[in-house]
Amino acid sequence: MKIAVCVKEVPDPGPNRRIDPGTLKMDRSGDRSLNAYDLNAIEEALRLKEAAGDGEVVLVSLGQAKALDSIRKGLAMGADRAVLVSDEAAAGSDLVATSHVLAEALKAESPDVVLFGQQATDGDGAVMWAAVAERLKMPVVSQISELEVSGGTITAKRQTEFGYDRIQAPLPAVLAVADSLNEPRYPSLKGIMGAKKKPQDVKSLSDVGVDASRAGEAGSRTTVVSLSPPQGRGDSRKIEDDGSAAQQILDFLVERKLV
Amino acid sequence: MSTLVFLEHHGSSIQKGSLGVLSKAAAIDPDTSAVLVGSGVAGLAEQAGKYGAKTVFVADGEAVAAPLPQPRVDIVSRLVQEKGFGNVLFAASVLASDVAGGVSARLDAGLNWDLNDLAMDGGALVGKRSALGDTISADVGWTTEPRLALIRAGSFEPKENGGSASVESIGTDLEDFSSKAVMVEQLQEQASGPSIEEADILVTGGRGLGSPEGFQLMEELASAIGGAVASTRAVVDSGWYPYATQIGQTGKVVSPKLYIGCGVSGAIQHKVGMQTSQVIVSINKDPNAPIFDFSDLGVVGDLQAIVPQLTALVKERRGS
Repeated sequence: MKIAVCVKEVPDPGPNRRIDPGTLKMDRSGDRSLNAYDLNAIEEALRLKEAAGDGEVVLVSLGQAKALDSIRKGLAMGADRAVLVSDEAAAGSDLVATSHVLAEALKAESPDVVLFGQQATDGDGAVMWAAVAERLKMPVVSQISELEVSGGTITAKRQTEFGYDRIQAPLPAVLAVADSLNEPRYPSLKGIMGAKKKPQDVKSLSDVGVDASRAGEAGSRTTVVSLSPPQGRGDSRKIEDDGSAAQQILDFLVERKLV
Repeated sequence: MSTLVFLEHHGSSIQKGSLGVLSKAAAIDPDTSAVLVGSGVAGLAEQAGKYGAKTVFVADGEAVAAPLPQPRVDIVSRLVQEKGFGNVLFAASVLASDVAGGVSARLDAGLNWDLNDLAMDGGALVGKRSALGDTISADVGWTTEPRLALIRAGSFEPKENGGSASVESIGTDLEDFSSKAVMVEQLQEQASGPSIEEADILVTGGRGLGSPEGFQLMEELASAIGGAVASTRAVVDSGWYPYATQIGQTGKVVSPKLYIGCGVSGAIQHKVGMQTSQVIVSINKDPNAPIFDFSDLGVVGDLQAIVPQLTALVKERRGS
């Protein structure tokens, strides 16, 4: 079974993240890591491969060339190789553009299953799988909390606003998994050492057959018009527990008259 | 300019969120219509007229009975192309998000999500959303039509405007790949039990508790501080705690005076259910957890150590 996992490098959450007021784009200069929810998708891919007894797990991403540093974590967990589409002309791609690039990169891989995590932590997006499935003309099931694959058919359980759905679909299919589906494994030291040697292909837009007019800002259909000054939670604080965290929480609650 | 609103229904009523978006759309664009897809839904169409839809397009048939996204992508995309709608609006839900994503790719139409307000600026639709953990507010736009938007749950209240809709039947022809996913069963959940919506203080346990037993720590803290215990989709999905206590898009929307999140990552699905809490305190061992973006006090640490200490300190403080 061949499983592709779409992953994304994101800026680390926290007070240091900002949008550049000049360009209206996210300032991507800070620390970055693999989108946390993608780890559940990678874990599920590894389990599907293990259950099938053979196969391949390929990580597919669109991002800056240095995103490989983050993506390597998935290789350390056990994925077999990575394909990163990286091209200056792809900067600023929105859903329309990104889904086109990912779909073209995925077509070259012909996977049986395409997996996504439940959201990206940077833009709070939770729609990419539906757009990619549409472009690949594959069935899609999202928010999966239980997954079974047997005889070329998947059966998935997922929570909606009204209860639980059980949905079946034939392979190939696009599946987006909830973070409740599994507990992502930690990379072993051996995995981390071995990750560097696994194939990591960096491809340009033309390598995956995408015309530059369909990627980046040229291929995007949405725009940021303006930004307003920070609002809401002004003086938020983040502390590391040094043994006194409980006392600090109590002091904070007392100060706010909540205890 | 004309606007189409996707209506989601459950049983014999149209979802409040859909009617809220329809009311807002009608208020900013008099040329607003709606689309309703399902089996036996023709009777619901007239409801939509009261909330401002000029025309309600109804795709009624067994083939579209199950609430699955891809058949709806076919129907909505075809309708938008035939009628030339400039704006297509969705109230965010598990179903509507997947429909919107599919329509975006089918029509190469821009989609802005998580919007909490809409406005017209010189005839052009402008969406408003907050970003980066609600620390910044952005006005977002579209470079081409149709403009697609997913509206955050609870942004608009339904308002009857005394109008009435003409109902127009449309076809339910589907692409081959759109009917490959099938609904096997739908299980209803009873949202009964203790009400987390009434509590002033909520102690919320997430997947970071590590096991169902972790909820004992939540219950002890809640009891000491005078609050109720709430949960996340992840732990409910895992069977650790009852559905009735779940906060989020597919659970309850709460705004307590104090929200304490323990081992809660802060996924958007959870955040939309608790972001209006007055004070948010979170404890998580992962320094990159998104919840730290919208916490007043974020603590990076081991909740198994911190929570019992906090419970003891609160008991001491309250003299109990």
